Amino acid sequence: MAEANETLVQEKGWRGNDKPRTLHPLVELTTMRMREFLREREAVFWVFIFPVLMTFALGIAFRNTAPDKILVAVEGAASDTRVSDTANVLSHSSEITAKVMSPGEAAQALRSGKVSIVVKPDNDAFAYRFDPTRPESRTARLLVDDVLQRGRGRSDVANVGEEKVTEPGARYVDFLVPGLIGMNLMGSGLWGLGFTVVIARSRKLLKRFAATPMRRSHYLLSFMLSRLVFLVLEVAAVIVFAWLVFGFTVRGSWLSVVLITILGGFTFSGIGLLVAARPTTIEGVSGLMNFIMLPMWLLSGTFFSSERFPQLLQPFIQALPLTALNNVLRALMNEGASLWSNWLPIAILLAWCLISFVVALKIFRWQ
Amino acid sequence: MTAVNGLDLEVFTGECFGLLGPNGAGKTTTVEILEGLTPSDEGTVELLGQRWSKGGDDRALRERIGVQLQETQLAEKVTVVETLRLFRSFYQRGHSVDDVIHTVALEEKRNARVGKLSGGQKQRLAVACALVSDPELLFLDEPTTGLDPQARLSLWDIVEKFRASGGTILLTTHYMEEAARLCDRVAIMDHGKMIALGTPAELIESLGADQIIEFSVTQELAEEPLKRLPAVNHLHKRADVYALTVSEIGVALPALLAEIKRQQSELVTLTTHQATLEDVFVSLTGRMLRDG
Repeated sequence: MAEANETLVQEKGWRGNDKPRTLHPLVELTTMRMREFLREREAVFWVFIFPVLMTFALGIAFRNTAPDKILVAVEGAASDTRVSDTANVLSHSSEITAKVMSPGEAAQALRSGKVSIVVKPDNDAFAYRFDPTRPESRTARLLVDDVLQRGRGRSDVANVGEEKVTEPGARYVDFLVPGLIGMNLMGSGLWGLGFTVVIARSRKLLKRFAATPMRRSHYLLSFMLSRLVFLVLEVAAVIVFAWLVFGFTVRGSWLSVVLITILGGFTFSGIGLLVAARPTTIEGVSGLMNFIMLPMWLLSGTFFSSERFPQLLQPFIQALPLTALNNVLRALMNEGASLWSNWLPIAILLAWCLISFVVALKIFRWQ
Repeated sequence: MTAVNGLDLEVFTGECFGLLGPNGAGKTTTVEILEGLTPSDEGTVELLGQRWSKGGDDRALRERIGVQLQETQLAEKVTVVETLRLFRSFYQRGHSVDDVIHTVALEEKRNARVGKLSGGQKQRLAVACALVSDPELLFLDEPTTGLDPQARLSLWDIVEKFRASGGTILLTTHYMEEAARLCDRVAIMDHGKMIALGTPAELIESLGADQIIEFSVTQELAEEPLKRLPAVNHLHKRADVYALTVSEIGVALPALLAEIKRQQSELVTLTTHQATLEDVFVSLTGRMLRDG
């Protein structure tokens, strides 16, 4: 049989059809993982294309152009001279667009956010109606008041010099890219690992592997290794795209960025493994994953700074792995900070990584 | 819950041993205890002179056995050859991937994805994954359940080849013809207990009969006179069908026809067949194998 086999192998080798021998189990398992992923078109879309589309959409939506004019409603009838005069005075300002509306229209426009403030001329006085919890309404109130007061003859008492500063690294897209990378690392770590493991368990494939002499650590390690390969690609996709389209730059050292992305990738793989350690159905693991990811989507400062949440919540928010990852990535990419100056969030990430791995291995169910 | 209770059996080197029983009889639990996948509450398992250690490293023992589990679904997006290469990489020694593909006759499907294979081909691949290590002991858990007759035959071929090359097999099935054809010895299981053990021939012989007469009639018959007919060993009635276990059909059949006439009933159907393992199961439990 051995001889026959040799000739078979030689023939195949000559045709370049097949490698005669198998590789190390860890290599085989990792290649298998990558094949399964790459052959799943939807997964490829969500991991590589979706974040790029998201960067594009949000980068365009919040691009830094001259601020839009503030929309103001002047309440009253157009035939009333006080009303039309007020509207005229306001429209002379380069930052305001004023429109005359009936009380009903004005109320409706304010409610739906079409205008930021409603001005009602009343003999010699003006009444402002606005929602003080909306930042743009507060700005509108200041501007409108300034214009109307000057129109009545108020003059400034101090001279003011202005210097306008808009530089790369401080735009919204610069804030957004590290956050999207962090969110993406979380998503692909949790979904990629959690789903694959639970599907394999529900199809009794884990049990089948447990019946071979395969080292169990190899199986789990293969997830890490394949994640490592894809992680480089998915992070690169977003950074390169943001660089080409928005001129995004990384200010800190690339090596630190690579190290932190790997740490982030491993941390979320560990959490993915922990989530997938026991459930036997897709429904079970989906619920668990949403339960874990939802708070981080909201709280961890992907789209806006997590500092906006109340002080009371901050210790909890800062301890979340995604907050830690986003903070380090922003410090490295936007501020050019060193790893050392970010030791606390890095320590938080390391702790999540180690604890989730150890616990996952302890409670992992093979069948 | 106890799926299997007080089972005591020994499989000899080089034999094909069958666990035969309906669904839920505890066959899979038994096999998974033997495979070291399910811990047992009591008792010991010794395979090839070794025991499963509790939570220890049994890789040396796993090197020597091949396992096909009931209902394992291999990854669908990878090909036949990729799957086998993966399984081969787990073992120190074994067949080449090409040899195994040849053994299970999947050459044409070599580069096909697992998801595109038919049920029979998938099952052959599952067996190939068990054979790739050239195991001394092969476990097959319901290898042909759900397969069409053609696919079943080709799987039997593979099992017979392995057996001919000196391998030991433990297989479970709820098809009595499969057990009769493949197995040197059979243990019949029901409700987690072993109710009979022997070669298929011995078990059938234990019925004290070699023929079964099954018939139905227009009007119900009194059963006592039927049991007293010459050469009749046993009467079993299931729904409308009477089954007589007889030792000499030439004596029993004319007597039966006369008795039906005497009880003023008429024959509707009548078949006779050689006694099988199915009849053994029916006489032991009063149920058919496929009733579950």
